[in-house]
Amino acid sequence: MSMRKITLDNHEVVCQSGETVLDALLREHLDIPHACREGACQSCMMRNLSGPPPSAAQNGLKDVLRHQNHFLACLCHPHEDMVISLTPPADFFTEASVTGKQLLNAETLLLTLHCEEALDYYAGQFVNLRRADGLTRSYSIANNRIHSHKLSFHIRRLAGGRFSEWAHRELNIGDTLQVSDPQGLCYYLPNQAEQNMLLIGTGSGLAPLAGIISEALHHGHGGDIHLFHGSREVDGLYWIDEMRQLARQYPNFHYTPCVSKGDAPAGFAAGRANDVAISRLPNLKGWRVYLCGHPDMVNQTKRQTYLHGAQLQDIYSDAFHVASSTLD
Amino acid sequence: MTETTTSLYEQLGGEAAVNAAVDIFYRKVLSDHRINRFFDNTDIEKQAAKQKSFLTMAFGGPNNYNGADMRQAHAHLVKKLGLDDSHFDAVMEHLTSTLVELSVPQNLIDQVAAIAESTRNDVLNR
Repeated sequence: MSMRKITLDNHEVVCQSGETVLDALLREHLDIPHACREGACQSCMMRNLSGPPPSAAQNGLKDVLRHQNHFLACLCHPHEDMVISLTPPADFFTEASVTGKQLLNAETLLLTLHCEEALDYYAGQFVNLRRADGLTRSYSIANNRIHSHKLSFHIRRLAGGRFSEWAHRELNIGDTLQVSDPQGLCYYLPNQAEQNMLLIGTGSGLAPLAGIISEALHHGHGGDIHLFHGSREVDGLYWIDEMRQLARQYPNFHYTPCVSKGDAPAGFAAGRANDVAISRLPNLKGWRVYLCGHPDMVNQTKRQTYLHGAQLQDIYSDAFHVASSTLD
Repeated sequence: MTETTTSLYEQLGGEAAVNAAVDIFYRKVLSDHRINRFFDNTDIEKQAAKQKSFLTMAFGGPNNYNGADMRQAHAHLVKKLGLDDSHFDAVMEHLTSTLVELSVPQNLIDQVAAIAESTRNDVLNR
């Protein structure tokens, strides 16, 4: 008989033939979040730590979740013993030293770190940066994954933001920081090279998008790549010349800087980045969408892009990311 | 395992049919100005998962429908935003037109509509 051992933290449960992983765990009175038991609600999503789970148990999950061996316990009939996890693994930190500090605009710092150990990350993921006293903040990685020891971040100075104020004012070249394992599901996978991509970011929400764009271009992404970067005024934007240069270099990369307050100067679109994007690209059927910025902008734009044809599983965002204090 | 009780679900095409219907149905609901304000503060991914559970139930598929949960989920909409029969009717209209778009035979549409209709009092907290 096909009995498989399921290990969850310090519990071992035997999954009987015909049982799902969820059945087995509930039978042993383990407190597992669940609801529909049919693969719809995804509340029993877990991660297999021992390798890829049965593909039938990944039905309906985003490709990045499948890629990280997530699965639905209610759909999972194990083929072999499994070691599974309900919660993300505890942060593992590595030491990094500051190799660069440069202002991108009046409020945004480009911080470059050199990590002692190579990090296996995907462009668009974030890490937690931890100061010696334990103060920790999440920041998106702003470069592609070519340099496994070098990470760059866009740190916007927030009024009263303890970490960002400190990073701007007191952190010096040569100082050390702790860097967590990369996290997050808003990243580029080179599995759909012909898919068109729309990226919308506000403020320092450009950081993960710039990493994703550079990664996609590095992989020879064939579909169109449209970036809309917004702020209230021109001086809230940055890397304008760099992005224009990139657009000249790659015919499938298109860049639109947007300003939402007042008239836009020549070369800039007037309006919020998400509204400008939707008005120019009203049919997003089959597109992949990446969003980063203020949570309200991200939420609103998820809905807008969905209603303009994008599939929900093709819309990527990291909702925690408070990259700008306004919707613009 | 439960072939004998899933005949409507099977006739409709099972999970693949639910997936096709959710996509059309949810776009209709979110585009309808009579009712889309009720979804203003929801996370659309979580909401889409709930729509899928609801349609699976209405399609006669495997479900854990819980009237108390349904009441609780809609109570604040009834109290604060005036959710009433007219809004429930609008959702029913989108459900029916979704199935028509998918060329589902009328006798099956009637069965789905009857199951969905059975949630009306829970949704409206009566």
